[in-house]
Amino acid sequence: MSQAKRPVLEVRNLSVALPSGADRALAVEKVSFTVNPGEIVCLVGESGSGKSVIAFTVMGLLAKALKPTSGEILLEGENILAADESRLRELRCTRMSMIFQEPMTALNPVMTCGQQIDEVLDTHTKLDAAARKAKIIAILDRVKLPEPERIYASYPHQLSGGQRQRIMIAMALVLDPVLLIADEPTTALDVTTQAEILKLIAELQEGQGTGVLFITHDFGVVAEIAHRVAVLRWGELVEMGPTEKILSRPEHSYTKMLISSVPSIHPVHRGVRKDGITVLRTEKLGKTYTGAGFFQKARVVKAAIDVDLDIRKGETLGIVGESGSGKSTVARCIARLIDPTEGRVFLGDTEIATMSAGKLRPHRRRVQIVFQDPYRSMNPRITVGDSIIEGPMNFGLRRDEALARARKLMETVRLDPNSLDRYPHQFSGGQRQRICIARALAMEPELLIADEAVSALDVSVQKQVLELLDEIRVRLNLAVLFITHDLRVAAQICDYVAVMSKGRVVEYGSAEQVFGSPKDDYTKALFAAAPGRNWEFGKFAAA
Amino acid sequence: MLDFIARRLVAIIPVLTVVAVFVFLMLRLTPGDPAAVIAGDNATSDQIADIRTKLGLDEPIWTQFAIWIGDVLQGNFGESFFFKKTVAELIAQRVEPTLALAVCTLVIAISVAVPLGVLAAYRQGSLLDRFVMGFSVLGFSVPVFVIGYVLIYVFAIELGILPVQGYIRIGVDFWGFLERMVLPSVTLAVVFIALIARMTRASVLEVLNEDYIRTARAKGLSNRVVLMRHALRNAAVPILTVIGLGIAGLIGGAVVTESVYGLPGLGRLTVEAVLSRDFPTIQAVILLFSVVYVVINLLIDISYTLFDPRIRY
Repeated sequence: MSQAKRPVLEVRNLSVALPSGADRALAVEKVSFTVNPGEIVCLVGESGSGKSVIAFTVMGLLAKALKPTSGEILLEGENILAADESRLRELRCTRMSMIFQEPMTALNPVMTCGQQIDEVLDTHTKLDAAARKAKIIAILDRVKLPEPERIYASYPHQLSGGQRQRIMIAMALVLDPVLLIADEPTTALDVTTQAEILKLIAELQEGQGTGVLFITHDFGVVAEIAHRVAVLRWGELVEMGPTEKILSRPEHSYTKMLISSVPSIHPVHRGVRKDGITVLRTEKLGKTYTGAGFFQKARVVKAAIDVDLDIRKGETLGIVGESGSGKSTVARCIARLIDPTEGRVFLGDTEIATMSAGKLRPHRRRVQIVFQDPYRSMNPRITVGDSIIEGPMNFGLRRDEALARARKLMETVRLDPNSLDRYPHQFSGGQRQRICIARALAMEPELLIADEAVSALDVSVQKQVLELLDEIRVRLNLAVLFITHDLRVAAQICDYVAVMSKGRVVEYGSAEQVFGSPKDDYTKALFAAAPGRNWEFGKFAAA
Repeated sequence: MLDFIARRLVAIIPVLTVVAVFVFLMLRLTPGDPAAVIAGDNATSDQIADIRTKLGLDEPIWTQFAIWIGDVLQGNFGESFFFKKTVAELIAQRVEPTLALAVCTLVIAISVAVPLGVLAAYRQGSLLDRFVMGFSVLGFSVPVFVIGYVLIYVFAIELGILPVQGYIRIGVDFWGFLERMVLPSVTLAVVFIALIARMTRASVLEVLNEDYIRTARAKGLSNRVVLMRHALRNAAVPILTVIGLGIAGLIGGAVVTESVYGLPGLGRLTVEAVLSRDFPTIQAVILLFSVVYVVINLLIDISYTLFDPRIRY
């Protein structure tokens, strides 16, 4: 039984150097940890913490620019840091496997799923074609894909994101490796799909006694799946221990800060006033897309159906839903970035849903949007100052007035007003999102739409941006429409919540009511799938 | 799919109509009288007028066009002014060398350029990569006839291992045919190797950064399999596009190459026909080239579906 006791993975004193000119010398610095058979170890950290670098070092798939400088990586006792390329190839998928974050792009689009799994067997085993096929069908069945025969012959683009991730898992586990490395495998998935995939991984690894190195930034996922947790910051392992201990009695201040930044799933009570002026009201708002083809049947997609919403001054309305639920469509219709096909949108007393583009222009100022990805929503070739003043100047403000406003707004979003002449790439993600907020506020809008505005941010930065948004809402008595897939974020920032599914609002009420006693089945399922819903993060037991 | 092919074939009709009208008008609006060329230097103006009447060139231009189009629609491309044969016969005689040259050139170009491009991408920044890139610039910039004469000088005159020029029909003597195809095909292939290798390199480089390449490596596949099976097939569509465009360029290149190597093909026929103002021949050859070009592009579009299952027509 000594075999079972030996850890499947031992990382000892691992350091990985960054190329010269990076913001620090080492991507990973003297990191040591072990993964035992049948154990799930979570590596947690914010972006740039080095967690993915560790995963890729183990697999031997590091980018050429990164070089391990010291330490050992023992896979069942064999130091694979010293192994040559052909030995590593032998080990991949047979002893250690990896699944990735983006199931949409991780599979080769021009090969069938069956062929892609078959390659693994063809490379690593001497099985004949019939035996390989039987084995593939069996593993597809084990990862609970319906109709394995059909899936075998399908191309990736014919499957959903969750199904593709199941294919990846099937591919990774078809040869029963002792170690599975999962790099944010559920981050790109919807919450209900995420719950299913997490359950599947846990079931399969328990059945086979596989050791799992699970990389994530999400403490909800950690609470859900991990046996032990290692917390990383700037390439250093700051704390490691059993999940329960790390979550409830963390010792390191960074761990504490990180965990207390996780938004609670229980909404804060802040007293709904119901006395503000209605800023925005939609009546039976609908958007139907028709894919017109010369000879094809016209495809009709109803992205939004009969949406009735209203937002008053000083209030935040959240729209939550999974991808494809129509939440962004509604936001875009309200901002008239796309034209609604049915219903009406009242901005104050003005009906804007059917207004012509020319008449609409003066009203554009009144609705402003902050988008999801601060890295792509700013023009990289113009300074942030010019980005901020472009809108107001377009509406007739003089340059010096606009600049004065921009300087004031930079203070509002807690950035240095003297950095207005810098370019977006000189700021971090969180700072860029603050600039995007400043840019939106520069127009002095009546309604601010935040479309997944904090989804791309690390949890500690996310907390700061959420606090900032709330502060601005109070100070400017602003109406905010907050689009998010993240129930925790919605619980923290919204006064009212609308839950959308398949284009319809299935539940609509105050945050307390929706979160406290959901009525609709879909809402209930959504909440049940939220990872770590039973944990109250940040309420630490006295150490 | 069949629907798509049918629609594309129908779309050839307006293309050919435009080409026909354009060529017909261009020939008649540019200076130069075929009758004068045929009659020779010492002909009187009466003789020239006689010849014009015989050729039908004294009719109003629209009547000429109507007669020509009417004939073409019945499959009759008329009689050459200069060669005293029907144009159809003339083209049938001349098509083999050009076709052989085009096929050999493409085979050489693709089989050299694609592996070179893939290797250059895989070893980006290496000596090989820099060599391929340097060769590409050279291939683009040196004119075809210069390459032709340099190759003739080295391989035919100095080394004496290949014939200088000439053509033997494929049915007459296969080895003789091959021997005489080597230099012209290589000459013409140089520019295509440059073009295709560059596009292959760029396209493969882009694909190598894709997530599924990382997945393929994580499966423990060898570099060769990752490159040839996963990277190249995904990189194929832009490469095919360039090959399609290249075939159009091939027609221009063939004119020069056939002249340098004395191949009796369509390229040289075009030059001769233009110099002697042989209207029926020029018109027919250009119509033929247009059809070939449109059909090849259709074939390229269809071939996309073989490489990428996401493309459906």
